[in-house]
Amino acid sequence: MQTFDLEAQGLRQLNATLHAQANDTNQTAWEVVNPRGSHAIAVGLDAPIEVTVKGSTGYYCGGMNKQATINVHGSVGPGVAENMMSGMVVIEGDASQYAGATGHGGTLVIKGNASSRCGISMKGIDIIVHGNIGHMSAFMAQSGHLVVCGDAGEALGDSLYEAKLFVRGEVKSLGADCIEKEMRPEHIETLRELLERGGCDAKPEEFKRYGSARQLYNFNIDNAY
Amino acid sequence: MCGIVGLFLKDKSLEPKLGDMLTDMLVTMTDRGPDSAGIALYTAGAEGRAKLTVQSDDPQADFAGLDSALGERLGGSVSMTIRDTHAVLDIDKGAIDAARAALSDVRPSVRIMGRGESLEIYKEVGLPKDVAARFDLRGMGGTHGIGHTRMATESAVTTMGAHPFNTGPDQCLVHNGSLSNHNSLRRKLRREGVHIETENDTEVGAAYITWCMMNGATLGEALQSSLDDLDGFFTFVVGTKDGFGVVRDPIACKPAVMAETDQYVAFGSEYRALVDLPGIEQARVWEPEPATVYFWSHDGAPVVHEKAA
Repeated sequence: MQTFDLEAQGLRQLNATLHAQANDTNQTAWEVVNPRGSHAIAVGLDAPIEVTVKGSTGYYCGGMNKQATINVHGSVGPGVAENMMSGMVVIEGDASQYAGATGHGGTLVIKGNASSRCGISMKGIDIIVHGNIGHMSAFMAQSGHLVVCGDAGEALGDSLYEAKLFVRGEVKSLGADCIEKEMRPEHIETLRELLERGGCDAKPEEFKRYGSARQLYNFNIDNAY
Repeated sequence: MCGIVGLFLKDKSLEPKLGDMLTDMLVTMTDRGPDSAGIALYTAGAEGRAKLTVQSDDPQADFAGLDSALGERLGGSVSMTIRDTHAVLDIDKGAIDAARAALSDVRPSVRIMGRGESLEIYKEVGLPKDVAARFDLRGMGGTHGIGHTRMATESAVTTMGAHPFNTGPDQCLVHNGSLSNHNSLRRKLRREGVHIETENDTEVGAAYITWCMMNGATLGEALQSSLDDLDGFFTFVVGTKDGFGVVRDPIACKPAVMAETDQYVAFGSEYRALVDLPGIEQARVWEPEPATVYFWSHDGAPVVHEKAA
């Protein structure tokens, strides 16, 4: 285990050190201490390493991640795992707004609650939230899965494309063109795997599925002003 | 961007350190806005007395003999504490309106930054660390306070464009965001007779809240109606005589983090601002909900019905 003191060694040094790890590095386990809410911790990683952040972070933790597994033992600021490509980011606490925004792949697990705009414009990432999510989540979400074990805020899935949304609790309101859909056996199976990956003990049968009504895909002259 | 901090102390033993703690929080937020900085502190004055915080660009000339000149006009005792470009005038509580009128006569170039029984406001152009040093904010105590560091978007970088803005006796407001209907609202409020000094958007927000309360609204009601009448982005923190309040617009894209322990309630634009507070590791940390008005008060439970004085 390599330990990195962020306060003593600085952010540029941390990210440069983590970027320097080759695919076949022997230094696979890293621990970051004294994060003190700093921005851009462990961004742009591209190696199969494990990074544990001991404390809470600021903006954009784990952004653009490839291959790496990042654990945050605390809460994260806005834009955690933004534009993630692959790998896994696990947050023990809460996440602020636009968690997992535009993510292309990989898995983001939030064990607490996520704030507004969770999974906005997601493009293939799987996001599993143990708690609740805020308003405008999965806005224009294109593909991937958003699993919410708690409740969802206003305008869930507004202008949704083909991302699949699963919510166990209440949905305050659905956004434009987002509808509840039938939960078929293949969805139960997909959700079972997602819940297992996210470390949730919830039963897939307790969830409802939401998706696009596909009414905004084509121009409708009746909507013109 | 802009950075906001707020600290409301429950533990009286921390009160002498309020200025020090709030300064640290504000300095941490420097990179959210380096243009100007300000802090409002609440320290109880003597019974029956009130404070006027005034500012001058030429403090040496303007503040010389100001206390005696004002005392003479008001026919009572006035004492003055000068801190750089600001001075706090300690006057009879009943003479506060007379003092405001007399000031424009006695020293027309002096500007009133705040008024109330316990409110003092200090703000200037510059980095938080420099502004705090000019006023020796670290040495000041109090029960609660709010601070702001500004990245100007809507109007000029001036002392009068700095936050906090005084909205009424013992009330002030700081703002992160930008109001998009401030020009039309300014015209409307000016027609209603509300004095608005600058082209700043937040001053219009502050004037709007003052105007609502002049027409009988409580501060809580004024903040509630701001959600309908103000267009744009805002996280507001308002200081009141015995606490502070928070409201965010319904979109809530301007960040806000709160922390509460047995010793304090703290607000920061980012968690970074809170990391040096005592016991933060064990604090309850959360984000205030959009379009929801919150208040913390020394009177006990959170309230939304505080009546304007």
